[in-house]
Amino acid sequence: MVSTSFLIQSSLSDLLEKYPYLHAFFEGQAFAIEDRMHQTLQQILSGIDEEASEDSAFDATTFLLQLKEYIEQMQEFLGEDQHRLNSISILPGTDKSGTSEQFEVVELHKSTITSIVGPTGSGKSRLLADIEWVARADTPTGRTILVNGELPSTDWRFASARKLVAQLSQNMNFVMDLQVQEFLELHARSRMVADEQTVIKKIIDAANDLAGEKFEPQTPITSLSGGQSRALMIADTAILSTSPVVLIDEIENAGIDRKRALQLLIGEEKVVLMATHDPILALMADQRIVIKNGGIHKVLKTSQEEKNMLVVLEEADRKLQHLRTKLRSGEQLQRI
Amino acid sequence: MNLITISGPPSSGKTAVTIKTAETLMQRGVKVGAVKFDCLYTDDDVLYQRAGIPVKKGLSGSLCPDHYFVSNIEAVLDWGLKENFDLLISESAGLCNRCSPYIKDIKAICVIDNLSGINTPRKIGPMLRMADIVVITKGDIVSQAEREVFASRVNAVNPTAIVMHINGLTGQGAYELSTLLYDEKVHIDSLKGRKLRFSMPSALCSYCLGETRIGESYQMGNVRKINLDEK
Repeated sequence: MVSTSFLIQSSLSDLLEKYPYLHAFFEGQAFAIEDRMHQTLQQILSGIDEEASEDSAFDATTFLLQLKEYIEQMQEFLGEDQHRLNSISILPGTDKSGTSEQFEVVELHKSTITSIVGPTGSGKSRLLADIEWVARADTPTGRTILVNGELPSTDWRFASARKLVAQLSQNMNFVMDLQVQEFLELHARSRMVADEQTVIKKIIDAANDLAGEKFEPQTPITSLSGGQSRALMIADTAILSTSPVVLIDEIENAGIDRKRALQLLIGEEKVVLMATHDPILALMADQRIVIKNGGIHKVLKTSQEEKNMLVVLEEADRKLQHLRTKLRSGEQLQRI
Repeated sequence: MNLITISGPPSSGKTAVTIKTAETLMQRGVKVGAVKFDCLYTDDDVLYQRAGIPVKKGLSGSLCPDHYFVSNIEAVLDWGLKENFDLLISESAGLCNRCSPYIKDIKAICVIDNLSGINTPRKIGPMLRMADIVVITKGDIVSQAEREVFASRVNAVNPTAIVMHINGLTGQGAYELSTLLYDEKVHIDSLKGRKLRFSMPSALCSYCLGETRIGESYQMGNVRKINLDEK
């Protein structure tokens, strides 16, 4: 716990030394911090008169309250072991007609992949929303989600620094106008990563490993190709995102090595959930959840026969990729 | 009746989020009504009507939209009470980033979108800083990293708010938001004597009174000069 009296009696430089992350907090405030480093908060606050505070929309009481809250959140966040999620369990609820789901529990372990299949509108999004919201029989499906086998605190719902689920989907784009390096620095800082440069290099290497065509740290993110963007998003989510669960909505079969992408995610101890109807992706999963009429209809383990089929499908996929490469380089195709 | 105020920059998705959330409440039998405050033009009332939500709209025209809001919110509340709503939602656009249409002890939601740029949270004043819940929209079209950076910027500006991600098009997250909005134990019967969370942007100069000519000699009242000497 931080006491308010301690805060207001400390100088800015002391506060920043003790809590370096406060830079982000002070930057958004009404007063410039640079020339006031040796003043105490009390001195600074009493120097803001009524007119100035109205002018810059500053309220000292709210400021202190939020400062305290921010420090407490950050302390909690930094003290946490990031990899403490081992499993998610889904306990049954009902489908759209109110019929009970016919399973005891669906377990999703870290470093495993679960695919989700079912027609559009069947309730895939609702299932994912239940997980994200850490449902406790209080959503339309009545499902309950356990973390590590226990009913978790509702903190997962509200704390912005620790969301349970990270999402990757086809229609996501980079919208910031930054170079890859700058972009990753920004993300790393928001996460307060200690060894920024090492992590950034690791992400760029991993992304280049996934994408067919390499890009440089100086490449602007908005000029990356579709495959490169996807690769960077996946590598960044695997390595830098705090969320232990990663939800993927299809991965396009172009410009990216999908198998390696999934391996990267499970290598970083993520629980991977993947909505897909692509047989290659679906069979790469350890199990698949079949959704029907808003409910979990079945949970299937990927059978040995399916795993054998995967080998055949991957071979066919390689042939197709090979033809694509040839076409691109201007060659004539021969019958294979 | 419960009252909540929703505000946010134009086109951030306030109406979409409000309607999706209201729909999930109505499915649970909560009677919802809405008021849309805007400046010059809105056809959002049609969207509310289409969703079956009784709605009134108010255009501030040549007045400061926030001043217009605060001078009318009491009458709006009376309308809501007369209509027997369980929940009345007041939606208003924050047009100058200094807006603060929040009332003490009345739940306040700020809606901002991921596309607005990562420095935007710092530019928005009390509308974001003093909200109880911050809803971030348009997350389905930006990367996970950008969502995380944006949310952390919002958190740095308002650490006490609950931050929620909602897709205004599909309604993902709207059910979850709805569980935080309606409390049957709360009864707001009057706003008389209640206070705003923060003072509104003020001005009373010759231009407020209709002056259109440019020049020192036409400027009277509350006038402020830009400082061009600052380095």
